[in-house]
Formats: sequence, structure tokens, C-alpha cells
Amino acid sequence: MFGLEAKDFRLLLLVTLLTMAAPFILNPFPVDSGMAQFNAGYPDLMQRFVIFGIFAIGFNILFGLTGYLSFGHAAFLGVGSYAAMWMMKLLTMNVIPGIVVSVIVAGIFSLAVGWISLRRSGIYFSILTLAFAQMSYSLAYSVLTPITGGETGLQPKVTDPRILDAALTGNAPKANLFGLEMGSSTELAMGGWVFTFNVGYYVAAVVMIFAFYMSIRIFRSPFGMMLRAVKSNQQRLNYTGLNAKPYTLAAFVISGMYAGLAGGLMVAMDTQVGAERMFWTASGEVVLMSILGGVGTLIGPVLGAGAIKYMENILSKINKDILYEWFAFMPDGLQDFVITLVYPFIGKGWHLTLGLIFMAVVIFLPGGLVEGGQRVAALFKRKKPSDNTPDGKTTPAE
Amino acid sequence: MEAIILQVLNGLDKGSAYALIALGLTLIFGTLGVVNFAHGALFMIGAFCAVTLSRIISLSHEVVDETQTDFLGNPLKVDVPYVYDWFGQATGDAIIDWAVPLSIIFAIPVMVSIGVLMERGLIKHFYKRPHADQILVTFGLAIVLQEIIKYYYGANPIPTPAPSAFKGSFDFGAMMGFDPNVIIYPYWRIIYFGFAAVIIGAVFAFLQFTTFGMVVRAGMADRETVQLLGINIDRRFTLMFGIAAAVAGLAGVMYTPINSPNYHMGMDFLVLSFVVVVVGGMGSLPGAVAAGFLLGILESFASMREVLDVLPGLNQIIIYLVAIIILLTRPRGLMGRKGVMED
Repeated sequence: MFGLEAKDFRLLLLVTLLTMAAPFILNPFPVDSGMAQFNAGYPDLMQRFVIFGIFAIGFNILFGLTGYLSFGHAAFLGVGSYAAMWMMKLLTMNVIPGIVVSVIVAGIFSLAVGWISLRRSGIYFSILTLAFAQMSYSLAYSVLTPITGGETGLQPKVTDPRILDAALTGNAPKANLFGLEMGSSTELAMGGWVFTFNVGYYVAAVVMIFAFYMSIRIFRSPFGMMLRAVKSNQQRLNYTGLNAKPYTLAAFVISGMYAGLAGGLMVAMDTQVGAERMFWTASGEVVLMSILGGVGTLIGPVLGAGAIKYMENILSKINKDILYEWFAFMPDGLQDFVITLVYPFIGKGWHLTLGLIFMAVVIFLPGGLVEGGQRVAALFKRKKPSDNTPDGKTTPAE
Repeated sequence: MEAIILQVLNGLDKGSAYALIALGLTLIFGTLGVVNFAHGALFMIGAFCAVTLSRIISLSHEVVDETQTDFLGNPLKVDVPYVYDWFGQATGDAIIDWAVPLSIIFAIPVMVSIGVLMERGLIKHFYKRPHADQILVTFGLAIVLQEIIKYYYGANPIPTPAPSAFKGSFDFGAMMGFDPNVIIYPYWRIIYFGFAAVIIGAVFAFLQFTTFGMVVRAGMADRETVQLLGINIDRRFTLMFGIAAAVAGLAGVMYTPINSPNYHMGMDFLVLSFVVVVVGGMGSLPGAVAAGFLLGILESFASMREVLDVLPGLNQIIIYLVAIIILLTRPRGLMGRKGVMED
């Protein structure tokens, strides 16, 4: 179906179902129960899940297939955001032109950066991309202030020209899709549960499913095969008379366009943009997501993005009072002891947990959550995991 | 002329910090072949060694002073640092004042043991893994170290002043025959530069003139042959990791009066230090030092008013721009060796 093998089609179908039903799945606890704070089914967070999912899928096409570790992908996300924002300011608050232009602009920018950076490989490539990203960040903060808004960033204003929907001037400018506002939601109350269906989330989710479908096609195509060849042994590829550069450059541009798409969607969901989006820690974050989920696998990056964003938003909200509530059943002394033990890892300290989990994954589970899942599945099946894993994970030939 | 001298001087202290961190990075890379993304965190931990020591020596206890009264007429309680009790007030004050230089003595054993622990506990297991894995695991370690420091010391910068003897500025211009107050330079920055020069000199002398250093250099050139000669090169390389950590830590200790330490200062320096290492040439110690000073000075020239009027924002990007140009024209960097990280 859609040019996919049965296995991949099932995966796509599963992802589609999960994203469409996300407002239900992510809201498993009734609103007034003590566990309600673990609910992730509110629009803002769900939008972030899918947008960073797109970002990570794109990054995975570069790092997962070719093995080139870019430390500057946030630059493309930022450029895409700025482009989308300018479309909203100049043309229309309809999100479609913004998203399309963000992809195109990020693609052109990544073509320029990739053309230069890909002349080197390994650590040099990482540092070149890092240098380009830091340069863009610094420029966006200082010299390019007329375009980027500098420290204050950009927001749509009532006074913006917006040629295409001049009729709307005067209203507070809100991002929309042919009149359907991104911020609007419908709430459905069922028993103790409240489910929120947000327009913006479903727009982003449809885009993500399409992005995911494209990445399956790339993974399964002859082009994807060439990218894997680059990763496993570039020298051998050269000896067979093939030039790796066009393939890696294409992969770089594609992943840059994915980043731009994510940036454009971010603006569509939350109409503002600032330079800190391009800071190198943001590039580091997408690396963390891909590794955590499972690099080189189809579903891994999406899982990783979800896991990190969930931790960022949910784990960081737990404070000491909540901990006291949880451990109330313990005797006082033990309760205090356990809380002192747990406290550094939650709330403001969630980065510590993230760092530890990330290190553990790199050390013990290089395949990330996906490999972990496979190992667990293999335990239950009592069968050696077959070499031909369904998600297209390959190990480099030495 | 004055302006040029002033910018060179301004570049020296930042250049010293770059050079010291880049030197440590190169030592680790040259000996163990590991790209250490946690090196900035070591710099930061060094800075917090100074914070810790200055807190330890100003630990105090409350004493009731009968001669003074507070606003209610009760005898005043005064905090008296323990060092007053042990050494008397004058010496005690001097010790507290000199906390930052004293931290050097405190930081060396701490940093060497952190370095050795890191190498034995973690990095050792990553020699055979790809460079990407090494980058990733040390990146994770950097996050963890940074968050631990943040948990104990908070997120705000902690001012750690230099000894009051070095508070002022030195008038270079008057010394060299220019008008007074044209070229002035804070004492502590001169000290920082001198300190960096001494450390760099010591590391080079250690590698060049001691038997231990000779073996390490031999191991950098050809590890396998050295091992075949029956030398336990791993143990020496572990110690070199400790030394590299100490170099980064000392750079951090001495940097505290220039810039109040906060938990992410290491990361800020790390990105630039990597650029410095690449410009200098991966695996080349003189290259790392030369590139550190060169880029520090270039950066301060780029922040001159005259330059910024022509090319606004140049000071923000000059280092990255130079790195890109160097990498594309001289792929091995300024003094890179053949065969290092060529793949």
C-alpha cells in the first residue's frame, strides 16, 4: 500500500492511529485524580511531541543513515521559523505559505552549509556544522536584528502588511488554516476525563505522518541504500567508482528541510520566534532525542522526541510537596530520607536524569529504546533476534 | 599603535583560557584518541574548586562579643571564621583574601583524581567504539556534571574576587613611553596570562625532558610498539588524562576573578575550544596553544570600534569564520600531523 511493504505499512498505520488517538492515549488519568499531572494530553505538549518528532526524523535521515553527526541542526530549524514568521507578517496568517516557504528556505540554507561542511567528515564535520550554527545564532542575535528581531524575537503585529488577508487587519492576528484557528480546541468530557482536541495538533500530526511516510520511503529506496553504504564504508564505495558527496549532500539537505518544516510548524502553533531556538544546546537536544530513541531506526527518533519532551514537561513539574504526598505512607524518617534521595532528579534537576539516562543508553544500549524493546521482545519470544530487523537498522561492516 | 597593543593585551587573557583548555583537549586526544566533550565541564569544576575552597576557609562560628551591642542592647553575636582562631586575625584575613590562588593547591589533587576516575570509570570502555559514541557519552557526562554543580551551587554566578593586592590596573602605556592611562590592563589578567604561560611551559617541559614524558610521546606516535617493548602505556595515558583535567581545572580556578563562575561556563568555553583545537590541528600541542592565543587576539581585534563600524557583528563570528576558512584551505589545521583523524 502506498508503495510500502506490508510490514512498513503496518508501522505507518500504527503511528497514524497513535497520533490520531493521542488526546485519548496521553490522558489516561481522570482530571481530579492525583495522577492527573502525568497527563500529557494537553495541546501545547502534544504539538511539541509531533514537531520535535519531525525534527528528529529528519536528523535521523542524516545521522542514522550516513553516520555524519551534525551538531548544528537547530540552525535550520531557526531559519525555517524566521521564514515562516515573515510569511505570516507579509502575506497571510494562513499557515500553509509559511510552512512551505520555511521548508524551501531551510533547504537552500542547508544546501549552502552542507556543501561546505561535507568536504570534511568525522569530528571535523561535527565542528563545522557547530560553527555554522553558532555563527547563525550570533548573527541573528546581533547584526541581523532588523530581520530577526534580535533579543526580542518576532511576533505578528496588527500593523503588519499581510497582503493576502488585508481584510482581517484590526483583529488580533492568529495563525489559521483557511479560517480554522490553530489555537482553537474542542473539549470532550467523559466521566472524570476531559479530552482536548486541538486544531493545531491535528495539523501538525498530519504533517508528521506525511514526514514519517517520506522517511520510510527514503529508508527503503535505493537512495537510502547508498546512504547506508556511506555509513558502513565510504572508502569501499569510492573504490566501486561511486562519488559519495552527492548522496550525503542530498541527505543533509533533506534533513535540513525536515528541520525547517519543524521550525515552520512551531511558528504556526505558537506565533513567535527567538534566536535561542538556534543555540547549540538545541542542536544537542535533537541528537539526544535520536540516540535515546534509537538511531537509524524508523520509529526511534519519534519515541526519543516524545520521551524527552515528556520528561521536560512532566518530570520538571514535580516539586517537593508532591513527593511528600507520594511517600506519605512511609514512616517520617524514611520518608525524608527517600525524598532527599529522589529530589535532585526531579523538578529543576530533570536534566540530571536526562543526562544519566542518555549516558546509560549510549553505554549499554547503543540502539536506544528501540533496541531495548527488541531485547525485551526477544526475551519473551525465547528466540534469537533475527539479523534482519524490521526497522532497517544496520550495523557497519568492518 | 596604542590601540593595537591594547587589543593584543585584551586578547591575551581569553586566549590563555582557550589555549589551556585546548591544550588539555589535545593531550587527551593525542594520547587516548578520545574526543572529550566533557572537557568544558572540567574547566567549570576547576572554577568551582575555587568557590568551594573560599567557602571552606571562610567557615565561621558565632561568638558573643561583649564589647558591642546590637540595636536591642543585647551583646552582639559576631561570625568569626575558624581561620581567625587558628592563625590570628591578620593571617586569617590574608588567607581568606588569597582564597583563589590557594585553590590551585586544592584543585590539583581534586582535578587529577576526577580525571583518573573519569578515564578508568568511563572513557576506558570507549576506546574501541566510534568517535561519534565517544562524543555522545562525554556530552552526556558533561550534562550530568553540570547538573550536579547546579544542584549544589545554584544557577546564579558566584562572585569570587581576586586578592585585593591585585585589584588595580597596571599602566602599560606609561612604561613604554605612551601617555598615561592609554594602555591600562588589570593586574589579575597579567597574572592569568603569566600563569597560563607557566602551565603551558610546564606541560611541554614535562613531555620533553622527563623519561615519563618521553614514553608518553612515544606512545602518542606508536602505541603498539611501546606496548611491545613491555611498557604499561595505559597507566601512563591514564595519568596524562588526569594531567589534562588538572590543566583545564587550573584554567578554571584562575578564571574565577575574571568571570564569576556559573554552571554552564564550561559549555560556553568548550564549543570555542573545539574550534581552537581544530584550527590548531588535531593532535598538535603547539598548534593548540598557538591557535588559542591567535584566536583570542583576533577576537579582541574584531571587537574594536573601527572594525565593527565596517563589519558589524564581526566579533561574534570571527572565530567560527576563521575555523571554516582554515578547515577548507588547510584541512589539517595550522600544525596538524598527517594521519590524525583523517577518516
